[in-house]
Amino acid sequence: MAEFTMPSLGADMDEGTLLEWLVEPGDLVHKGDPVAVVETAKSTIEVECFETGTMTELLVEPGITVPVGTPLARIGPMTEQPGEPKEPEEPEEPEEPEEPEEPEEPEEPEEPPRPGKPEKAGKAGSPAEAEQAEARRPVRHTTQRGRPAEPSPQPERRPAEPSPQPEPGPVSVSTPSAPSAAREHIEAGPLARHLAEDSGVDLETLHGSGPGGRVTRTDVEAAVAARAAPRAPRVRASPLARQLAAELGVDLATVTGTGRKSSVRAADVRRAAPGPSAPPAPAPATPVRPSAVRPSVARPSEDRAAAMRQAIAGLMTRANRDIPHYYLSTTMDMAAAMEWMHEHNRRSPVGERLLPAALLLKAAALAAREVPELNGFWTDDHFTAGEGVHLGVAVSLRDGGLVAPALHHADTLALPQLMTALKDLVTRARAGRLRGSEVSDATITVTNLGDQGVETVFGVIYPPQVALVGFGRVVDRPCAVDGLLGVRPMVTASLSADHRATDGAVGARYLTVVTRLLQNPEQL
Amino acid sequence: MGDDENREPKTTYREAMREALREALRADERVFLMGEDVGRYGGCFGVSLGLLEEFGPERVRDTPLSESAFVGAGIGAALAGMRPIVEIMTVNFSLLALDQILNNAATLLHMSGGQLPVPLVIRMTTGAGRQLAAQHSHSLEGWYAHIPGIRVLAPATLEDARHMLAPALADRDPVLIFEHGSLYNVSGELLPPTASVDLDHAAIRRPGTDISLITYGGSLSKALGAADELAAEGISAEVIDLRTLRPLDDAAVTASVARTHRAVVIDEAWRTGSLAAEVSARIAEGSFYELDAPVERVCSAEVPMPYARRLEEAALPQTADIVAAAHRAVD
Repeated sequence: MAEFTMPSLGADMDEGTLLEWLVEPGDLVHKGDPVAVVETAKSTIEVECFETGTMTELLVEPGITVPVGTPLARIGPMTEQPGEPKEPEEPEEPEEPEEPEEPEEPEEPEEPPRPGKPEKAGKAGSPAEAEQAEARRPVRHTTQRGRPAEPSPQPERRPAEPSPQPEPGPVSVSTPSAPSAAREHIEAGPLARHLAEDSGVDLETLHGSGPGGRVTRTDVEAAVAARAAPRAPRVRASPLARQLAAELGVDLATVTGTGRKSSVRAADVRRAAPGPSAPPAPAPATPVRPSAVRPSVARPSEDRAAAMRQAIAGLMTRANRDIPHYYLSTTMDMAAAMEWMHEHNRRSPVGERLLPAALLLKAAALAAREVPELNGFWTDDHFTAGEGVHLGVAVSLRDGGLVAPALHHADTLALPQLMTALKDLVTRARAGRLRGSEVSDATITVTNLGDQGVETVFGVIYPPQVALVGFGRVVDRPCAVDGLLGVRPMVTASLSADHRATDGAVGARYLTVVTRLLQNPEQL
Repeated sequence: MGDDENREPKTTYREAMREALREALRADERVFLMGEDVGRYGGCFGVSLGLLEEFGPERVRDTPLSESAFVGAGIGAALAGMRPIVEIMTVNFSLLALDQILNNAATLLHMSGGQLPVPLVIRMTTGAGRQLAAQHSHSLEGWYAHIPGIRVLAPATLEDARHMLAPALADRDPVLIFEHGSLYNVSGELLPPTASVDLDHAAIRRPGTDISLITYGGSLSKALGAADELAAEGISAEVIDLRTLRPLDDAAVTASVARTHRAVVIDEAWRTGSLAAEVSARIAEGSFYELDAPVERVCSAEVPMPYARRLEEAALPQTADIVAAAHRAVD
């Protein structure tokens, strides 16, 4: 039996909020299937499963924040015969065992498997090492910064090593079927959906009591009530009181309300505020105590921006403190590349046209293959080369912040494919729907600020990677060509590299390769 | 009267309004007054009494009983360069002219690409409290405040009644002035005009720190009365007179709620879809994080206004209702 744990989706993540299960107990899952949606400080990410088997238990309810490494679900060996695909329709189960009767259910990891989903224990696993190797990416240091323990009611289940070795299940022989055909369409009105989203209830786990099996508000509320036990109930408080509480660092749950139905009013918060003479006017911009603003539920987007800023701050501080950077730059002639690209674009329908970025990314990826010393991770005082070139692409988000998801095997993608993949990646990054593997396993990152108009960018390495390539804008510059002064499109490429892993000579070789590749764009 | 003769001259809302009309007629040849019974009868509520004699039938014109016709004529006159002041007896009857107001007066400037302003002033009576029953007593100014392209005023004080007309006539957009029927007999000292009379800003009629009573027109005196009662209990209520119902002075409301963190909106209209609803929604939009209690509303019962005095009183927002709402918010 394997455990599906809260993954570390990047070196800057030490906890995550489970937003949604994409599978149900009993579902057959394959390695690589997205099984859960996790919200980190930076983004909402679909997390893939690294095992093949049957989901036997979901241990964590949506809406709960847990440290990296916490088991989220158990995956047992496959129980289904290939010839017996799962029933696409959930049979009607009037005696639905899931909700109100078991208020202690959500946090109880030893809960028996649900009735109706038989689980046959203990088939011996065949190793499937290759998959394992990829599944266990080089273990990142899950940051051990001195974060105060969350006052969250769920048990601290952070194991010392974030990856208890799961037993591999037998490799699936069936054709990969959709893991959860039953979730095609859930009948639920907007109110029910809204409530479910608000309270972190997975609609898919509910059985509707409304007409035609529709999930009603009552169903959602029952589900919330059912798992309310471990979670503090929402405190009745006025908006002003909430704001004051956040500013003054008062935990609303500890305040006695004097308003109607014991709701907490501003005056109650002021009374409860630390210090005998809390000023009646809210102190502006008081630093917010983390514990006061980070309850274990999904946060609205405004907090997200702050959380992301904090995540970036932590990671970049670490990068600049721990990584001895060296920087190189060179200016490259892009005439051949641009000419080739324009010619290509003239011949291509609009949808398949390329941007200079595609050529630069491809060149960066190919060069990383050619200079593998820059393509990988520095962990535990030694360098581990990446398996394949997974090119991290820095994407700035609309409401601030930055993510650097990976273009997998970017060196093997043809330019139009790369362009498509890039568009898809950027769109999903901005929509907050990245895959876990994309967020966590980039081997080298490219930041391209050319469209922002700058000519040179010297970046900070994204730990534990060892190099970051920066591209500026392609600009027409005077330049000596064949002994004459000519005007050529030029771009400045820079390299920030980890001096522990490589020396300047390697970096120089890398930039030279990039330059060479761009002179032969047809080979990209 | 005898004792009062030596004191400061007192004036009524009706006289203040008449004085404003007289001033406008004197000041500008293009201004004329038009409506049912405004001439020989002196206006249904006596506002224009004596003006026919002073200015003649060319400028104080009695019209046939057809709101659509004489409001339409007013729009035409405004388009032709005149500055008409049209009086409609009550807001209930103004619905007969709604087509003219909404489809012509409010839209022509926009539809002509800015070429056809309609500088028209329409005065009408609104509100209940005088046992005139359902067809003469409703408060529909909120419906007009819904319409872009017009300005909607609700003078609640002698000063506003006296001094709002001139800027209204100067506005190149149609301006609707709603005079609450119960105000005409209100008397008091008329203060000299101050800079505070304009068409853009709400007024703080009474400053306070614990709760904002937001109202306009005929409900202002009730809100002030409620503020007195609340003050006796140690609750400091701020009374905001909206004065202009379109465009609403959001900033004043927001600033007041930021001071008091609680609000009661008082509106003599029906609660559903009322101006009180609009103000409450704006408080929720703009001041949500300032609120320490749900916004309270005090509106009329959702019935056609009854004739019987007790029933009419029961249907209308009263001071006691406002005090009770304030208690709900503060306690």
